[in-house]
Formats: sequence, C-alpha cells, structure tokens
Amino acid sequence: MRALAGVEDEEKWLAEGIAGIQHNAFFMHRALDANNLREVLKYSALMLSELRTSKLSPQKYYDLYMRAFDQLRQLEIFFKDESRHGLPVVDLYELVQHAGNILPRMYLLCTVGSVYIKSKQAPSKDVLKDLVEMCRGVQHPIRGLFLRSYLAQVSRDKLPEIGSDYEGDANTVMDAVEFVLQNFTEMNKLWVRIQHQGPGTVREKQEKERNELRDLVGKNLHVLGQIEGVDLEMYKETVLPRVLEQVVNCKDKLAQYYLMECIIQVFPDEYHLQTLEALLAACTQLMPTVDTKIVLTQLMDRLSNYAASSPDVLHEFLQVEAFAKLSNAIGKVIDTQLEMPIVGAMTLFVSLLTFTLRVHPDRLDYVDQVLGACVVKLSSVPKLEDSRAMKQVVALLSAPLEKYSDIVTALTLSNYPRVMDHLDDGTNKVMAMLIIQSIMKNDTCISTADKVEVLFELIKGLIKDLDGTNVEELDEEDFQEEQNSVARLIHMLDNEEPEEMLKIIYVVRKHLMTGGPQRLPFTVPPLVFSAVRLVRQLEAQGGNIAGEDVPATLRKIFQILNQTIEALSSVPCPELALRLYLQCAEAASDCDLEPVAYEFFTQAFILYEEEIADSKAQVTAIHLIVGTLQRINVFGVENRDTLTHKATGYSARLLKKPDQCRAVYACSHLFWVDDPEGIKDGERVLLCLRRALRIANAAQQMVNATRGSSGPVTLFVEILNKYIYFFEKGNPHITPSDIQSLIELINTEMLSDNGNTTIHSDPFFSSTLRYIRFQKQKGGVMGEKYDSIKL
Amino acid sequence: MNYLLGAFKPACNVSITFSDGKNRKQVPMKKENGQTALVPLFHSQDTISGKVCIDPYQGKKVEHNGVKVELLGQIEMYFDRGNFYDFTSLVRELDVPGEIYERKTYPFEFPTVEMPYETYNGVNVRLRYVLKVTVTRGYSGSILEYQELVVRNYAPLPDINNSIKMEVGIEDCLHIEFEYNKSKYHLKDVILGKIYFLLVRIKMKNMDLEIRRRESTGAGANTHVETETLAKFELMDGTPVRGESIPVRLFLAPYDLTPTHRNINNKYSVKYYLNLVLVDEEDRRYFKQQEITLYRLKEDTSS
Repeated sequence: MRALAGVEDEEKWLAEGIAGIQHNAFFMHRALDANNLREVLKYSALMLSELRTSKLSPQKYYDLYMRAFDQLRQLEIFFKDESRHGLPVVDLYELVQHAGNILPRMYLLCTVGSVYIKSKQAPSKDVLKDLVEMCRGVQHPIRGLFLRSYLAQVSRDKLPEIGSDYEGDANTVMDAVEFVLQNFTEMNKLWVRIQHQGPGTVREKQEKERNELRDLVGKNLHVLGQIEGVDLEMYKETVLPRVLEQVVNCKDKLAQYYLMECIIQVFPDEYHLQTLEALLAACTQLMPTVDTKIVLTQLMDRLSNYAASSPDVLHEFLQVEAFAKLSNAIGKVIDTQLEMPIVGAMTLFVSLLTFTLRVHPDRLDYVDQVLGACVVKLSSVPKLEDSRAMKQVVALLSAPLEKYSDIVTALTLSNYPRVMDHLDDGTNKVMAMLIIQSIMKNDTCISTADKVEVLFELIKGLIKDLDGTNVEELDEEDFQEEQNSVARLIHMLDNEEPEEMLKIIYVVRKHLMTGGPQRLPFTVPPLVFSAVRLVRQLEAQGGNIAGEDVPATLRKIFQILNQTIEALSSVPCPELALRLYLQCAEAASDCDLEPVAYEFFTQAFILYEEEIADSKAQVTAIHLIVGTLQRINVFGVENRDTLTHKATGYSARLLKKPDQCRAVYACSHLFWVDDPEGIKDGERVLLCLRRALRIANAAQQMVNATRGSSGPVTLFVEILNKYIYFFEKGNPHITPSDIQSLIELINTEMLSDNGNTTIHSDPFFSSTLRYIRFQKQKGGVMGEKYDSIKL
Repeated sequence: MNYLLGAFKPACNVSITFSDGKNRKQVPMKKENGQTALVPLFHSQDTISGKVCIDPYQGKKVEHNGVKVELLGQIEMYFDRGNFYDFTSLVRELDVPGEIYERKTYPFEFPTVEMPYETYNGVNVRLRYVLKVTVTRGYSGSILEYQELVVRNYAPLPDINNSIKMEVGIEDCLHIEFEYNKSKYHLKDVILGKIYFLLVRIKMKNMDLEIRRRESTGAGANTHVETETLAKFELMDGTPVRGESIPVRLFLAPYDLTPTHRNINNKYSVKYYLNLVLVDEEDRRYFKQQEITLYRLKEDTSS
C-alpha cells in the first residue's frame, strides 16, 4: 500500500503521526507533572501507538521514532524516581505489561526495564533476557527493527560487561554477549524480511530502503566489538560462530554482504587471524550473488595491513597458516560461485597475491601457487574477453614485479607464463612491455639461459605473431615502440661467463627467429651486436682461459651470426644485413679468422649485387664496405685484392658521376692503411685518385652540357684533399706538382664556371688553401714538403 | 400534615450492622442503578453475626407481628425478572409480635453458614446473598430492609494442572502450535505461553489473545448463551516466519474476572476461554478457542 502512495501522502502521514505524538506527549507531561502514574501510562501508551503506523517509509518512520524517543527519555526519568509514582520498580515492570497493544507495551517495558536494571533490584541478565525475548512479539520488520534498536540503545550502558556496574555475581560478560547476539539475530531476521513485504515491482525501492536500515543491525556488531571482556577465546567460541551462523543462514545477499563487511571492520585483526578458518568457511557459504570478492578482499587488506603494522605479528600468520587457509577459501568461493564473473575471481587472486607479497615476501612458492590457481581458473573458461578481468590479470602479474623489483624472481615462478597465456594478445603485449620496463627501470641483468628462456616465453607476444592476431590492426608506432623495447631488452641479457652467454644467445636467437619479417629488422641487430660483443670478449681473453676450445666457440658464434643475418633476407632488408655483415666481418677480422671475415664480405657483396638496387643505398653501401674493408687487416694479399678490386669496381659503376667520383677516391684508402703493418700501395692510390679526377671532369662536363654552366668545383676540392692527405702520409707517388696542378685546375674551373662574374670563392677550397699556407708557414718537416707548392 | 406524612413514611429506621463490620473486608459491588458500593465480603462457612437495630421515629410506635432476619441466597434470571430462586434461606426470629416504642437492638447470628456459590453479576443472571430484615405488620405492609453481602470462595490449588498444548492449522496455509503453561489459572495469575509458527503462508496483521466469558443460563430449550470478550491483548504485530515463536505473557489481574462456575444450582454456568485470534491483511480472522478454568486462590492476608 505504501508503495502506491505518493511522497505527498507520506509527508501528510508523517505530519499526522508527529501531531499525534505531540498531542499525547502534552497530556503525558501534564500527568508527569502531577505524578499521576495511571495517566502517565495511559498517555504514553497512546503516544507510542503512533509508532504502529505502516504507512511510512523507513526514513520517515525514523523521524517519527526519534520524536517518540525524546519523550521516552522524560518518561524514564519519571520511572526512575519511585517517590514520584510510588510503586516499586518491579511492580512497575508488571504494570506496563498490562497495555493491550504490543508495540506501546514493549516500548514501555524496555524503558522500565532499563530503570529496573539500573535499580539493581534484579540481575541485569534476567531483565535483559526477558526484554529481548518479549520483543519477539513485534514481527513487523520495520517496527520490530526500531523497537529492538531502542532496546539496544537503552541497554547499551547497562550490559554486564567487565568493569561495568552491572557485572559480577551471576552477571557475566557472557550474558552481555548473549543478549547482544540475540538481539542482533532477531534484528537481522527482521531486516532480511523486509524484502518479502511488498509486491515485486517495488523491489528496487525496497533494496534502497533496506540499505538505509542496515546500520540499525550493524550497530549490534559494533556493540559486540566494544564490549569489554570479550577475549579471543570467547570471540572464537561464541561470538563469531553465532554471528556467522546468522549471516549464513539468513540467505540474503544484502545482509550477508553488509554483515561480513561489518564483522571484518568491527573486530580486531588479531581475532580475524585466529578465526580465519571460520570466517573463510562462512565466506564460502554465502549466497552466490554476494560479492564475496569484496568481502575477502577487505579481509585480506586488513590482514595485510596488520602484518605490515609490526613484524612481531608475522609469526602468528605462520602459526595459523593464514595463506593456506585464504587460498583454500578463495578456491572454494570461486568453485562454488559459478555465477561469479571471471573478473571477480581475478580480483580475488590479486588480493590474495597482495596479501602474500606483504605477509610472506619470502615465500615465492605461495606466489606461484596463487598464479597456479589463477591458471586453473582461467583454463576453465573460454578465452578471456572481459577487459576488466584483463586488467585484473595484469595487476596480478604486475604485483610480483613491483614487489620484487627484480624480474629474476618473477622468472622463477613457473605459473607466471601460464597466466600470461590467457591474456589476449593486446594485453599480453602490454604485460610484456611492463615486464621489459620493469627490467629497464631496475637495470636488471638477466644472466642465465634458463631465465632468458622463461623471459622470452613471457614476452612472446612481442616476439612473434600469436595465433589469430590481426596484423592490420597493429599500430605502426606502437609496434615500433614494442620492438625497440625488445631490442633494448636484449642488451640487458648478459653474463660474464662466455659459455653461458653463448647459451643465452642461442636462446634469444631461437626466439627471435620466430618473429617474422616485421620484427627481424628490430631484433636482429641487438642480437648481432650482443654476439659480437661476446666475440670481442672472448677475443680479449685471448683464448687463454678456455684453451683450444675458443676458436671453435668463436667459429660457432660466427656461424650463428651468419645464419641470423641471413634471416634478414626474408624481410628483405638488405641494407641492414649488409651493415651487420660488415660488423661481423670486422669482428672476425679482429679474431684473426680470415675465412670467416672473407665469408662475411662475400655475403655483403652478394647482397650489394643482388639486393641493393637503389642508387643512394648503393652509395651508402659502398662507403660502408670501403670503410670496413679498409680497417680489416686479416686478409691475405689475394683475398684482399679480390675484395678491393670488387669494391673499386662497384665504385666505378655507380650511377651518378659525383657518387662514382667520391666512391672511387674513397677506394684509394683501401690501398693505404695508415698503420705500421698496413698495406701501402702508393701507386694504386694514385690510380684511384686520378680515376676520380677523370670522373670529376666528366661530371663537370656533363653538367656543362646539360645546364649550360659547370657545377661547383666541390668534387675537385675533395679530391685535392685526398691528394693532400696521402701527400702528408708520405705516399711517394703523390708529388707536390700533382697538387699544384690540381689547384690550378680548380682555379681555372672556377673562373670558367663563373664567367664574367666576380670570382666566387668556394669556402671549402679556400679553407683547403688556407691549410696549405698554414702548413708552409709552420715549417718543419711538413712545411718543407709543402715548400714546393705555390699558391 | 405531620400525621399524613407519617402515614406514608416508614415508621421506623431499620439498620443492619455486622459484629465484625469494622474489620471485615469490603469490596466494591455494582448496584442495579449502576453505582458501585462497598459491600462486606464473606466466605462460605463464615459466621454471619450482627445486630438489627429498629429505631422508630420520634413519637412513633411500631406495631408489628414479629421481626425476623433472613439470610437469602438467590439466583435471579433477567429474562425472568422478579422471579428469584432462593437456594439458601435461613431465618432467625428476632421478636414476637408486639410494639416497639423506642430504639431496639436485636443481635443475630448465622453460625458457619454454608454459602457454596459465589456472588455473581452476569449478563443474564445474578447470584446474590442478602440479609433481609422483615418487620411484619398487618395492614400497612411489612417493613423490609436488605443488606447485600458478597461471597467469595477460595479454591485450593488444583492437584492436576496440565498445560494446554495444541497444534492447529489450515492446510497449506497456516500451522501453529500453541502452549499455555496451565489449564487452570487463579484470578491474579499470569498466562505464560508460546506460539510456534510451523507454517506461514498468509500475511498477518496481528495476533491477539482474548479472554472470553461464556455465560449460559437456563436449561434445555430455554438455554441462553451470552459471550463477552473481557480482554483483548495483542501478542504479535506483523507476520512471523516459519519457525518463529512468540511469547505469551498475560497478566489476569487487570481484568474483571470471576472463577469458572459450572452448573450453579442447575441454573447457569460461567466458563472462560482463551481465544487466540490471528488477523490477516484482508482482515480475515483465524482463531482457536481453549477453555481455561479460573479459580480464586486465597490471597495473602496483606491484600
């Protein structure tokens, strides 16, 4: 009926109720002033009859109740004073029970009851027991709740708790507990029953109203929590089992959730720890719709905080096997609550993990156990799609990373990768990135092959295309970012011990090779460099340590390198491969492994010939080849000839004349290595330079022919510089006259180029000339050399 | 004028006093005119003794054919008004015929009178004890004076006093089991009990415990039954759930009850019932009536 009424009606009814209370309170006060007990009882009962209404919502009813409550305080004062009403309190206790209507009767009885206890004419426990029992007569949920709440309130300071006036003799704290427990039980029953009151259509409103009333019920638990003298023993044996029994049996999700929350908040952590079993058992028996995870989460949070509060309490946790119990309970909850979305289960695991990490940071097996349970759960459901669940899993996986700040620890967790398997690809990558970032942040060095194996298993989302990944969806930038991270990661894998390092490289390579053409360009270079670093390390040790074995090892490494770089051909990415080959060649050269170096060069040349078609790329490649070749000194004459010949040949066949020219003069260095043992073939240097000059000339002419004006003289100046370089280095085939003539050539070119216009001096050229002048003036050996050059 | 007046006035004032009148307990009794008066209380086997005082008015003489005092136990049926049935009648002749000139006092005594029935004031019937003084006269009519007594008889504690326990219900709708601690209660007793709800499928508004008095008068075809509800005591507010038990504690003292009377002189019976009434939200009533026996227990001397 209430549901159909509007808010206005309710206001009206409330106003009527208040008016009724005030009216009767007026007469009650008159009777109080006259000390007329009979009238007092009559009008107080009439006043309290206003509380019999069924028309008000809990909130409005509360309003009404409070007004009556204020009046009852006055009444209590009157009842206390026997001289005013002239009746022993025990008679008064009977007298008020003559009232015909139960609600006013009970309010009066509670009021007199509190006076009765205070008078100490009867044991408080008997009075309390009687009151709580008699209140059963009010079965209407809202009226009953408020009545019992009144009882709780008037009795609060009269409980026979330890240290109170009412304790002693036959009245023990147990009686106080018993009373509160009983009142609590009854209130909860009433509270739960509200939902059965109206038609189903107003269910939602009822839920809301019930929620408003929950603190009336919860208050009892607060009182229980505050009663002096409830020790662990009593809590364990009486209080908790009784409360939990009620919680479980009420089979109401709102109540179960709220009360569990209350229990967790109200009682001390230490008690929770000691009664963990019971508490958890109750959790597993809650209704499937109860958000058990929040309850458990809160519990674990509290326990974690408790554990964190003092190291002294940690042994208690061990003593009660807190972890095993929690873990067990969570398993059960997850098993029994089939309705629970996967995100719930994950949240629970996260909490448990957090708990474990805080309480037992040293117990990695616990962590692994949690993850294992998580795996089991995840395996039982189809692919994870809930994004929130995913987030929880990420949180789950991140927790150990944060806690240990050392990825190595996480790597020992066998279930870690198995959990990751259940993430979708996107999340898997996010997680992998987190792992890498953690490594980077903490500068962790991963130093064994086994760990590397595990690590790569973890981040395989980044390493290769997982099944069903939609390649098109990938964001280019993200992808690069990811791959760069992987590349960075590879540099973190390091071990001083070459053998182990080699193993690491094997492992890394095995994984990286699965990456497919898109990833290889990112991942191969760090791997190559890592291997090269190992090579150099071995080389630095000079084979003293591992004896004969070393060359074999080295050879093996180079084999790997070769294969690795070869893989790039599938991309294809010839420029990169070429560079890497050259790097390897250089490394091989440093190790005195001529055939290996030669092989690498061959590969580089083949690449150049077959794959590098772009003219610009060719130019770069040639310069790289030349540069590398120049530095390599391992080759015998024959091999070297072959290679230099090839290089110069390529140089001369470049498309653009200036490129040709530059490549050719660069080649000149191949014949003149500026160190004591280096090759010094002055003649061929000169040949190269001359050839370069020719090409420069040809280029100049071509420009003239096509544009009508000659291009800059830069090429000539560059060649001049080469001349000067070799001249200074003492190449006997470079004479001052060569330089002299070249300078003149340039001057002429510049004149012809500019025609009638003023001479535009080329800055490069003028600096070159300035250098020569400087050298002349400086004198000494070098000055003498330059003496013959006239400017 | 004086003479005339005197002719219509009783010539004397007759009064009855009890020898222990000062100490005897008096109880209020409702008179026919609706007022209550205090009346001395007697019990069976009491000796009723006292004085009758005849006080002629100034200058009058009372000529009479004898003075007597009677103790009458009467049952009066209201539907048969004016017809008294005397179940007890004791007479003491106080004076032989003669004349009374001045105040004259006659002591009288009915030793250890058997008064088996209690005074009762019901709807259709009344049982009363009365002392009747008759100054018999010839023409001018006898002078009558009445003094009401209240008789209450104490019953001993019953030897057997079983509790009342019963399970009742409406199939698939409501099943309850109730228990009252006794079947026999004294008038200041407390009814204690419990109502267990075994099955509740209806929505209840409240549950009351009523005390009903059933007075049946007459016999055979002329039997009149009158039922009154003397107490209506709310035991429960709202709907309980299965398994709930509601306490009963009803003090009988505040109600105007009498002991149960069974077949008093074949004229009437007064029985008491506890009626448990459940009212559902549609105001339908479900009830179960149980007879209880009320008796009067000897009270403490103090009260």
